[in-house]
Amino acid sequence: MMELDGNAMAGELREIFAVDVTAARYTCAGCGHADAVATLLLWGRDMGRVGRCPHCRDVVLRVVHAPDRIFLDLRGTVRLELPLAGS
Amino acid sequence: MARAAVPGRLTWRAATLAEARWETPTARTLVLDVPGWAGHLPGQHVDVRLTAPDGYSAQRSYSIAAAWAADKTGDGGKVELTVQRLDDGEVSPFLTDVLEVGEQVELRGPVGGWFVWRPSQPAPVVLIAGGSGVVPLMAMIRARGAIKAKQPFRLLYSVRTPGDACYAEELTRRVRDDAGLDVRYIYTRKTPDGWTDPPKRIDVATINTYGWPADFTPDCYVCGPTTFVEAAADILVALGHDPKRIRTERFGGTS
Amino acid sequence: MGIISRGFGGRRRESVPGLPPGQYLTHDFPVLSAGPTPRIPLDRWNFTLTTETGEQKRWNWQEFTALPHDDVTVDIHCVTKWSKLGTTWRGVSLDTLLEDVETAADYTMVHSFGGYTTNVPMEDLLDGKAWIAYKFDGEDLEPEHGGPARMLVPHLYFWKSAKWVNGLQLMAEDEPGFWEAAGYHMYGDPWLEQRYQGD
Repeated sequence: MMELDGNAMAGELREIFAVDVTAARYTCAGCGHADAVATLLLWGRDMGRVGRCPHCRDVVLRVVHAPDRIFLDLRGTVRLELPLAGS
Repeated sequence: MARAAVPGRLTWRAATLAEARWETPTARTLVLDVPGWAGHLPGQHVDVRLTAPDGYSAQRSYSIAAAWAADKTGDGGKVELTVQRLDDGEVSPFLTDVLEVGEQVELRGPVGGWFVWRPSQPAPVVLIAGGSGVVPLMAMIRARGAIKAKQPFRLLYSVRTPGDACYAEELTRRVRDDAGLDVRYIYTRKTPDGWTDPPKRIDVATINTYGWPADFTPDCYVCGPTTFVEAAADILVALGHDPKRIRTERFGGTS
Repeated sequence: MGIISRGFGGRRRESVPGLPPGQYLTHDFPVLSAGPTPRIPLDRWNFTLTTETGEQKRWNWQEFTALPHDDVTVDIHCVTKWSKLGTTWRGVSLDTLLEDVETAADYTMVHSFGGYTTNVPMEDLLDGKAWIAYKFDGEDLEPEHGGPARMLVPHLYFWKSAKWVNGLQLMAEDEPGFWEAAGYHMYGDPWLEQRYQGD
């Protein structure tokens, strides 16, 4: 069962981006639903993170950690809207 | 508007256990020394990583329990976590039963900028906690108390039995001393003596009675196991709360 | 880095000689998933084989389980570093399924209920190297482990052994499946430690 949400990805996304991405808004490429990355339903854990749209369950993003690289696949979101600090 | 700050990427650092205390027979608060800790926002969490001698590692996220490092003792470098021991967990039993004062773990944080309460938010606040989901909500309550914030807070805290409630004495004290805080417990398996309701799960009646009405447009925070969070969030929406004012954090039930 | 935690063991595992590089032996059977577990009633189950020219062959559950089957004992290796030795399965060999199929395809894509995919070269499915398995350890395959039926390709990392299979698509060119597109290796040989793209 899916136990976690996008909040749990905050740490590893913070290793890639210099800003917190869980507060960013995605727009699902499948159904158009938009919400904070924190609300994605999270699967995968050891193999990688799979963030699914809570509305349609399509995959919005995938994060895979290799020892020396991180793969971030964002094809399931048409856009990410990131708030800037101070806003 | 100020240009965006670029605080730089975040990575693992050493944290030393400075103090520990039990909140319940299965939940232990760890006070970790993290040199250079620059504070955090109430609701944020850290990732904790353990490595075994053969190189195998495991990591989990834990919410920060204390208010931000603006406390009077000047303990700026301290991070407080309350860890619930999960019987078949891989990381939590180590943190509750094995880790000793003076020993180190690796920590990454603070992270999580969405499930956060900022004192600049003017609205009243509803906090709905399922089990160990109370931890980030307690950080919000402690922050409110530290700055004597005026926004009224209502906490609905679901536990199995009275013995499972964390921070019980502190919450009683804060209800008495921090004007504008109310706490309502929901007991799912065993109620305290004198409790008039039977044991039950969180429901519409409870949230309706002990939360804020939707037309007060409160900021709502729900944290706990995934089924609890879905149930409580659905009830809030059914009661007319704007989904955009509801923030949720799901805690893994296993590991 | 890695601060070593005295007394931290983690999941039960052993380092054992003879395993592929970087693997530990486990006695559990960890469940990894990229999405919700599909619940497929047997009267709705079907497996569709599609050739590169679009021809299709389909089996329902009765037809499928009536096919000749093998009982096999194999070692399995997950890219997350656990290995399990001597696992027993019952399944239909891909040799059986592909027996009368006319194809020049060198590549395949395995499809699952729920949308998961993984690519496997044709020759890695043939000659007794792969099965569609429906029993594990003598029992019906449970949904959390891929039941009613899953792919079993033990000589490759176990993400290639797709759970909840419902089809095989034969392809002229190789294409990445779900995890391959996300950064994992196109082939996935545990003995060459081909975990990620570029390994």
